[in-house]
Amino acid sequence: MATAATVHSHAPQGFIRKYIFSLDHKVIGIQYFFLALTAVFVGMALSLLMRVHMIWPTANWPLVGEIKPETYLAFLTMHGTIMVFFVLTTAPQGGFGNYVLPIQIGAPDMAFPVLNMLSFWTTFVGFIVLLCAFFVPGGAPLHGWTGYPPLSAIQSAGPGEALGADLWITAIAIFCVASLMGALNFITTTLDLRAKGMTMMRMPLTVWSWFITAILGLLAFGVLLSAGILLLMDRNLGTSFYVPQIMVNGQIVGHKGGSPLLWQHLFWFFGHPEVYIAILPGMGVASQVLSTFSRKPIFGYRAMVYAMLSIGFFGFMVWGHHMFMSGMSPYSAFAFSILTMCIGVPSAIKTFNWLGTMWKGRIRFDTPMLYAIGFVSLFVSGGLSGPFLAQPVLDIQLHDTYFVVGHFHLIMGVAAIFGIFAATYYWFPKMFGRMMNETLGRIHFFITLAGTYAIFMPMHNLGMAGQTRRYSQFTEVAYQTKLLPLQTFITFAAIVTIAAQFIFVINLFWSMFKGPKASDNPWDATTLEWTTATPPPHDNFGGKTPVVNNGPYEYGVPGAPKDFVMQTDPPTEPKH
Amino acid sequence: MATYTPNTPIDDIGHKPPAPPITGGGDDGRSGDVPDYGARLRRARLGLICGIATVGMVFISLTSAYIFRRGLPTFQGESNSYVRDWGSIDLPWVLLGINTVILLFSSITMELARRKAAREAALAPVSSIPGISLGEEKNFPWLGITVVLGFAFLIGQWLAWSAMHTRGFFVYTNPSSSFAFLLTIAHAVHLGGGMIALIWAASASLLRRPVEARRIAVDITAWYWHFMAVLWIYIFLLLGLAR
Repeated sequence: MATAATVHSHAPQGFIRKYIFSLDHKVIGIQYFFLALTAVFVGMALSLLMRVHMIWPTANWPLVGEIKPETYLAFLTMHGTIMVFFVLTTAPQGGFGNYVLPIQIGAPDMAFPVLNMLSFWTTFVGFIVLLCAFFVPGGAPLHGWTGYPPLSAIQSAGPGEALGADLWITAIAIFCVASLMGALNFITTTLDLRAKGMTMMRMPLTVWSWFITAILGLLAFGVLLSAGILLLMDRNLGTSFYVPQIMVNGQIVGHKGGSPLLWQHLFWFFGHPEVYIAILPGMGVASQVLSTFSRKPIFGYRAMVYAMLSIGFFGFMVWGHHMFMSGMSPYSAFAFSILTMCIGVPSAIKTFNWLGTMWKGRIRFDTPMLYAIGFVSLFVSGGLSGPFLAQPVLDIQLHDTYFVVGHFHLIMGVAAIFGIFAATYYWFPKMFGRMMNETLGRIHFFITLAGTYAIFMPMHNLGMAGQTRRYSQFTEVAYQTKLLPLQTFITFAAIVTIAAQFIFVINLFWSMFKGPKASDNPWDATTLEWTTATPPPHDNFGGKTPVVNNGPYEYGVPGAPKDFVMQTDPPTEPKH
Repeated sequence: MATYTPNTPIDDIGHKPPAPPITGGGDDGRSGDVPDYGARLRRARLGLICGIATVGMVFISLTSAYIFRRGLPTFQGESNSYVRDWGSIDLPWVLLGINTVILLFSSITMELARRKAAREAALAPVSSIPGISLGEEKNFPWLGITVVLGFAFLIGQWLAWSAMHTRGFFVYTNPSSSFAFLLTIAHAVHLGGGMIALIWAASASLLRRPVEARRIAVDITAWYWHFMAVLWIYIFLLLGLAR
């Protein structure tokens, strides 16, 4: 088997091997990053179409014409699927994890470079298969990113539920396989390729977050894969795992005895850990950035590690809180409710430790820091509505309303996106050898932060007022119509926020070619990626093997010549 | 624990001894262009454990679906009551039993192939010294036999599915038959992956790859193969005991 030590003795020279089918984790990380960037713009375009349709339901739009209810649901499905899988899972783990993790632990590459390349290209194929669903007869599926049967299991249930839904399931299955390959690689690399002296408790919190995320992925994606196979069998082979005896369009379908709840159990056993797969890398990045730019050691390093492990552990025990509406036993609901609220404990530990890290720090408000603070803000704002929804009695009222949309977009969507932005601004100099423009970065941050709150906070009010989610328009019901002005406000906020993302794209590409040259350690940071050249050489450390003597966040060390001590500097630990 | 003697300076008593330098972490013994096969074997095994965990989760979730669906009552309109529609399936137990024996036997031959490869790798440095002979080594083709047995198992499974069809059981006949086909086919697909790995490991010998590299290929294939055998026993028991 090709492993890190054998594959990377010499850098490939040909264009195809160097940039397309590269085995270099840095190139693969950048490939993942641009795949996610493409995906996020597709997902954002779909959200924009949904928003404008809500307030101008009969308007004709370029390329899509008048948006019908079923088209709206197709956009909803594809928006959620693309964002969850190909953005929130792909960019933080596949992108930055791939690029940074091996360097931060002092390895020349991932443990299995060929598998790494296969993982990226499998993800790419999954994305293409998913997009194909738009162009087949009937179009994209209607069943939402959660794919609940019986809607998702019966081909005649609606336009998009024929070939479009098959492509959707296939794309998800392909993505699962790709993610499993990636998770295997991350775990093996972290456990086996750490440099001399890089003990587990000297690993940067980013590495811990990618490691724990990989474990979650390894245990969760297999379950989704199984669930998808059962769904494909119900759809195409006439089995009845999920479908009871029901009528569709006046005709009894040939299934009987299945249970849609089986899908819900399997899906959410994957789905809840998926929330942490999206957010944990953001937590790691926030810890890294907050410590670096506060010029202080991270507050409670070990507590942060154990909190992430606890979050990962509890993440597998709370899937039932997505199913309070299913008629589950109140005793089960009670257990899931208590376990869900338990997650608040490690989450609060992390939040207070982030605040403790900043407390009395000599804070540098560079763009990565702004985004890290924004991450904490969104994590708290989105997290505080979690205990509401963890109560079965409240959830039954709020479950199918905009309250939930606001909650999960803040905590899982935009918080994770802020983590991605923090990572981008932070590691861009290392990745591309140039600095991003600070002014554009700050403008981008403030518009995005204000826009995010303007979009998602009012959704909580809409939800409490009873506005239903997944409806394409609200003009037929009197009490819903009265809430339209707030929806209009949200749509305009969305337009401004989406427009602001072009500032980011311009900054990204302009800086890539025209930005000022970056030094090897522009942020005065301590971890191993800042000890090597910018951008790093093919084998990361130019033939040297780093030896780690210090912890990852040695800032403000008394007696040290600088206000930081790098991990490879001579040991600073007191000798007794 | 620190030890103190009468010669220990008074200031040192009560203090911890100097901590040894931390050399832990994941140093993989990278040293220039010389591959460290021990480290590669450890890494490959670690990757395999992760892979096995993944496959395990697939079958654990299928098992939970099996148990859930088996205990699920279904509303029957004609009788206006809930009934169990699990149904039954007449599995070709003799054929499946023969397949089980074949797979277990292949696991034994695979283990012998693994031990042979390990022995060859261990003795390679000695046997390459001129004038040193390690005696006549029996060159039994355990790997080739395992490939043949693997194919035999897959053919046997194919015959079992055909027998189920002949007896009137298809994947859509009832939940019991759906799961019987699903579990056995899912296992066969994973075993097919093992067959590819086996052929790859066997080709490593034919392509005259270094004996250590061959050993790694055979070793991880063998452990995966054993896992497939254990998994099959589990499926066999599940289908037999929880019908």
